[in-house]
Amino acid sequence: MARPNWVPAGTDLDKPNAARVYDYYLGGSHNFEVDRQMARKAMELWPDLPKIMRANRAFLHRATQYVAAEGISRFLDIGSGIPTFGAVHEVAREYQPDARVVYIDLDPVAVAHSRLILADDDLCQIVDADLRNTDDLLARPEVEDLLAPGEPVAVILNAVMHFVTDDDEPEKILAKLREALPSGSALVLSHASLEGRPDQAGSHQDLYRATPTPLTMRSRERITSFFEGFDLVEPGVVYLPEWRPDEADAVDPHPERMTGMAGVGRLS
Amino acid sequence: MNEAAAPDNGFRTAWAAMLRTGHGAAVRPGVLNPLITRTAELLRRAALEHPFRPELAGQVGALLIDNHFTDPQLLSDAVQLIQSRSVPDGRGPALSGAFAAGWAAALRERTLREQEAIRLAADTARQEVERALRVSEARFRALFESAAIGIGLGDTDGNILAVNRALGEIFGGGPEDMQGVRVNDLMHPEDTPGVWEAYEELISGKREYFQFDKPYYRRDGEVVWTHLTVSLIRDDDGSPLYQVAMLEDVTDRYRLQERLRHQATHDPLTGLPNRAAFFERLERLFESPEPDARFGLCYVDLDGFKVVNDSLGHDMGDQLLSVVARRLESALSPLGHMVARLGGDEFVVLLENCRGEQEAVAAAKTVLAALTKPVVIGDHRLAVGASVGVLERRISSTTPGAAVRAADLTLYRAKEAGRGRWTLFDPKENARAVSRYAVSVRMPAALDRGEFFIDYQPMIDLGTGVMTGVEALVRWRDPQLGVLSPEEFVGVAEETGLIMPLGRWVLEQACGQAAEWVARFGDRAPRLSVNLAVRQARNAGLVGDIDRILRSTGLDPSMLQLEITESTVVGPEDEALKALHALVDMGVSLAVDDFGTGWSNLAYLRDLPVSNLKIAGSFVGDLHDPAKDTHLGWRIVSGLVSLAHTLGLSVTAEGVESRADAERLRLMGCDLAQGWHFGRPVRPAEIARRIAEGDPDRTAEIEPTTGPDGTERRRAPEGVRQLRRLARSSPPSRNPPRGPTATPEVRRPAPTSRPGAPVRPTRPRLPASTPAS
Repeated sequence: MARPNWVPAGTDLDKPNAARVYDYYLGGSHNFEVDRQMARKAMELWPDLPKIMRANRAFLHRATQYVAAEGISRFLDIGSGIPTFGAVHEVAREYQPDARVVYIDLDPVAVAHSRLILADDDLCQIVDADLRNTDDLLARPEVEDLLAPGEPVAVILNAVMHFVTDDDEPEKILAKLREALPSGSALVLSHASLEGRPDQAGSHQDLYRATPTPLTMRSRERITSFFEGFDLVEPGVVYLPEWRPDEADAVDPHPERMTGMAGVGRLS
Repeated sequence: MNEAAAPDNGFRTAWAAMLRTGHGAAVRPGVLNPLITRTAELLRRAALEHPFRPELAGQVGALLIDNHFTDPQLLSDAVQLIQSRSVPDGRGPALSGAFAAGWAAALRERTLREQEAIRLAADTARQEVERALRVSEARFRALFESAAIGIGLGDTDGNILAVNRALGEIFGGGPEDMQGVRVNDLMHPEDTPGVWEAYEELISGKREYFQFDKPYYRRDGEVVWTHLTVSLIRDDDGSPLYQVAMLEDVTDRYRLQERLRHQATHDPLTGLPNRAAFFERLERLFESPEPDARFGLCYVDLDGFKVVNDSLGHDMGDQLLSVVARRLESALSPLGHMVARLGGDEFVVLLENCRGEQEAVAAAKTVLAALTKPVVIGDHRLAVGASVGVLERRISSTTPGAAVRAADLTLYRAKEAGRGRWTLFDPKENARAVSRYAVSVRMPAALDRGEFFIDYQPMIDLGTGVMTGVEALVRWRDPQLGVLSPEEFVGVAEETGLIMPLGRWVLEQACGQAAEWVARFGDRAPRLSVNLAVRQARNAGLVGDIDRILRSTGLDPSMLQLEITESTVVGPEDEALKALHALVDMGVSLAVDDFGTGWSNLAYLRDLPVSNLKIAGSFVGDLHDPAKDTHLGWRIVSGLVSLAHTLGLSVTAEGVESRADAERLRLMGCDLAQGWHFGRPVRPAEIARRIAEGDPDRTAEIEPTTGPDGTERRRAPEGVRQLRRLARSSPPSRNPPRGPTATPEVRRPAPTSRPGAPVRPTRPRLPASTPAS
């Protein structure tokens, strides 16, 4: 799985890419025809997908606001993808004007795009690394610098753990991240789940099989277990819209249709 | 303004609700609320202010796009909402149009911008990758170009596509010189067998890599030895794509190995292949021979070399050996034969693919001819000769070790026969010599492994034709040598002392067998006759052994006869005599075996407590020898019978092969007989069968006699009478008898067989007898 660092990653524009497909769901144009083809096909089978993606985006905003309001000013956004509107540093800086963010992605196009956007931002860095090669990720200078002072860091695993297959042992990856975090740090995690719409899970996972990042949707129980070692913040692991909505009435009467599950944990 | 404010409040609420739903859920309240306020205000101004500025509505469309409201459904909702508002001057359509145009224009700009951004990102990423690839490629190219090891890349058709400098240098040129060269052009006659098969397997995808030491021709024609590793590179589908060869120049190492190998396989003095090289070649010959393939060996030993060495010094000896080696080499190598020096003054010629005995003999003659002319060294003219043992065999019929031993033994026959000659391998002579050798090595373990067994030869009462006795004859079934008869191993057994345990074993076995017959057949059971070796007779423990054996087997002593030779007792005070007396006292009877073949001292014969004489088979055999006087022969036998009777002994004739002889011996008064006519040595079960059947075959052949003519029996021939006189008149002497009896334990060989006569090997003493006498 892990490729040596000195072998450059390919930029395979002939294959759909999860980050660009996500951008398309959100109404962006940071994508190519191959990405749109896949997104259209997925939406045909599951028209709620753009809504789910927006719900996921909204969760990221709320969670980022929450941890920033809690006083965390260091962020490690792993699997950041194409930073469209409301990137983590933008949201966080509403509460922490000096918020530092290290964005991590393994897609060279996403990394290049992020670099272009963040070129003038001294407090943001973009690193091409693979979450599955956790030791390498944690050893990158940018990441080490972020973690070095021992201040709390919010690790954001927004819609990324479902691209880690069971063969890649997600629990081990989380354990390594947890061990590297200073106390008071937070884990922000959202994950495609088998709950809510089990009827859609199979065909949706099939679509991602052709991408460099196959999709593994998981149960609420399993997703909850990813928070092992963290204290789950209320309301725990819930459907995306249910996590600390801005306004009570903002929650759709059928939150389970937004099949993603999300939660935030704190390290004591 | 009031009338306008109320509907405007309604619009604003609806507008805010529209923006909050759908996509707006993803926009943070901190962004969304100001946006709602701002856009509502702009729309209000566009609707009500004078002059009419439709571009304000266009700004709203752009603001929405800027805040990611890119969903076309939103455009539809917004236009409907704007249209539903009552505005002055019929501005409605223009307002909607301006909003839609502003939204669309901004979306178009945004889309183009994002497409531009993502393309730029993709290009940047690709450039990054390409740069990394270039760095990586440069790194590999440097590795390839400056590697000390020769590297070459070829396709699976064998075209060489690229080689590095080191590889060019190995071939004595530059990389450009390998242009257009094909892998198949690089064959070399000394290629290790299998290298090209491995290559074919590799390019066809059946193996991933192979390694060999392989020679190549350099551009200057020299040979370079390389350690070659070839690996296969496959494409993404797993089909063979390229081959990568890595070559390390190991010429120096190879030459050193060759030199060491030459040193290890050649004799430094003569430069000929040495013993190790010869055996290696010989063994290779035997590895997988054609079914009828033959080979020849000439085992050469210089005659009189030791004299040269001793009298003229080692230098001279060495020079002589060198000259001899050169002569042999130049005479025989052109014929395709290998000449090797085995050591000292021994050489060997190996004929591979020998066409037959004649060719091997021709080679031997060539050896002798090459050494005919004297060797001149300094002032000396040295006449060298050689003896040659020639062996020519089918490869499948022998082994390297056996062949060399046989050739060596044949050489010694040539030496014995008088030097300066060749002798051809004789299987019989060889068998004899080989078994002597093998026997001494293998016999000790053979007894433990139970490889010995006993056959029994019938002894017939000539008067009645009944089998009254059997002689125990030991045999050895060696797993490799096959069944050996006593003459092939008893001599060695006597020399090594193994005769003691072997003799004891024979006595135990035979007595046990005889006792079994007695138990089964009563008085029809045959008496047992067992040979006693000289050494056994002289052993202090003999009497005790036999007593113990008789007790343990339950055999009555009177059923046991021990056969001794004339040389067992050499004088009246011989220790052995006491033992023999003790045995006779015990009830065991004694016979003198092979009587007449030694220089018997008849005086002692009288004093020996024997009761039976066995006339050697050779006397009876001589009766049919046309070269001998038959009449005299019979008279001697007759004389021996008379002599025995005179001494009060019974007589057994050995080697009786015909009914006529049997009849004549019977008429002569001979008591007992044994020989092929009466039965060869057989397994005990066969003896039992004959007892059970009353020995009918033989009784039928021998007419029951009315009884021997007593007068005739007692009248000894003249010669015997003389002997008898001698025996009685000679006083017992303290001096050992002359002749072979002087060395009692070394048996004099029997008279050499005459050409054409049946081979009648000398029977070694005890505990065996000639198998077919």
